[in-house]
Amino acid sequence: MSKSFKGRPVIAGQISCEAVVSRQGVNTLATFQKSALMKKKEVLSSDQNNPDIFEKNLTGKALCLPQTIGSTTGGMVLFSVCSLGIAPSAMLFSQPIDSLAAAGVILADVWTDSKIVAIDNLGDEFLQYVKDGMKVSVAQDGTVTVD
Amino acid sequence: MKYNMHLSPDEQAILNGVKGETLAKVMKTLVLYGDAFGADKFIDTTAPAHLVTSFGISVLKPVFSMMDELIDADLITKEPFTVDPRPIDYENVKCSLPEKIIFSKIMYGMQAPYEAQLTKLGLKSNKSFTCTCYMDEVGNTPKFGDILSWAESSAVVYANSVIGARCNRNSGIIELFGAILGKVPCFDLLTDEGRQSKWIVEIKTSSLPEAQILGSAIGKKVMEDVPYVKGLDKFLGNDINDNVKSYLKDFGAATASNGAVGLYHIEGLTPEAVASGTDIIRSDAKVYVVDDAEITRVKDSYPVMWKNKDAKPERCFIGCPHLSYNQLGTWVDKFGMELKLQNKKKVVVNTIFTAAPEVIDRFKAENVKAYNTLLSYGINLSAICPLMYMNNPLAGKRAVITNSNKLRTYTAARYCTDDEIVKVAVQGGF
Repeated sequence: MSKSFKGRPVIAGQISCEAVVSRQGVNTLATFQKSALMKKKEVLSSDQNNPDIFEKNLTGKALCLPQTIGSTTGGMVLFSVCSLGIAPSAMLFSQPIDSLAAAGVILADVWTDSKIVAIDNLGDEFLQYVKDGMKVSVAQDGTVTVD
Repeated sequence: MKYNMHLSPDEQAILNGVKGETLAKVMKTLVLYGDAFGADKFIDTTAPAHLVTSFGISVLKPVFSMMDELIDADLITKEPFTVDPRPIDYENVKCSLPEKIIFSKIMYGMQAPYEAQLTKLGLKSNKSFTCTCYMDEVGNTPKFGDILSWAESSAVVYANSVIGARCNRNSGIIELFGAILGKVPCFDLLTDEGRQSKWIVEIKTSSLPEAQILGSAIGKKVMEDVPYVKGLDKFLGNDINDNVKSYLKDFGAATASNGAVGLYHIEGLTPEAVASGTDIIRSDAKVYVVDDAEITRVKDSYPVMWKNKDAKPERCFIGCPHLSYNQLGTWVDKFGMELKLQNKKKVVVNTIFTAAPEVIDRFKAENVKAYNTLLSYGINLSAICPLMYMNNPLAGKRAVITNSNKLRTYTAARYCTDDEIVKVAVQGGF
């Protein structure tokens, strides 16, 4: 049975992919740094402080999270992993998007040929409902359907 | 594409590419950023920028390509800017050979070319590397009411709160784009409404709380909201002198790193609290009481992240954010007293004080006796960023102690109060 949640498209797009869920804030630098430094073809989260996603593959996935946290390099890291083609396909925020994540997805949208679809304000229920491996479909208007 | 922000004809022309494709992308980025946060217009910046990205970290290679694009388009900031501290200082912060290889070849291999890029984009000088750009010695000190395009959370919260300038908590690159355009999207802390307090914090401690723990407690409680702090002026007084500035610097950095505070008001002390009094508090504000027990509870909640929790400390960092001129002198005195107490001549733990290059220059020139005393104690003085130094797999394994709640939050460094850290650094263990 599928369930839909309506959010706000920060970077709109239509996409279907597998969910990876962090119920705590995602530290962008800690999560992406190791894979990007090692020039890996996929990002395996390197943040030991976030057991929800530690060592999980995030490339091409829908990263479901409340917000991002940590260093103000966060936006630049997201932009960089998008440029390198190893970013998540979508970032789905239960809360309003934070300034670091917003900077990252907007920089990627304007300055690269690819983008990270970003939807915010999906609500706490979204983050409670979605589980790792579920199929997530995002519509242009910010509707997220979880199967 | 339709945008929600209202643009002036000049701004619309830039967006349309009249001044070049690259500047149009800079404008588009800030318009989308403003739209994401409900900004209705741009507002002109009125003082120089401060950038957070001071490190040529290899993971940000695409950022360096973007910087080249800006330089190729002959773009430059409206005024010379300052930037956060450098991540390496081999002379004053010794590294092992493997650490040097990781720093120079892997982590910060882009440092020299990145600094060349910063210079081309408008870096003020080769010494403009500090998180405390607002110090008199550094000179990037805004005035009350100035509109800023800054990133670096500790500097933003200081400028907003202690000076009364207006700046949002920006991401890296966003602040550079604002500095190039000389405009920032107007939302949140740039508006009167965004500067109102949603929290009243009542200080009921028996003495002045440690700045770094009080800031941590408030940050963890209010997160990104604006706190109005009552009862602190009875300890700090009603005059923002040099000692009070130093206290508020460390307090603010902890509120920003342990939470996401961009502005605080201190009753009877900080400019907007003095000007507006309790009118600046929202009617639905929540209340948080901080007493001695709460300070103890918060401190006791800090985990020890060392792999070997009983390890002997190897290194001690004091100065995140960078120390003020007055603080340097005070710390030399504190260590002198502890060494005398323990009947020792030198510290046992490799201890590093960090401060802005221009503050260090002044200290060496105007307080020669204290500087020589510091050296005789075996303490090093550096303008490094301890946080960026710690941000690598090898340095992160060292047993590092610090009195900085920001450094504790972002790295594996173990927190000590000011009194504890002096004792531990002199005796070599807990």
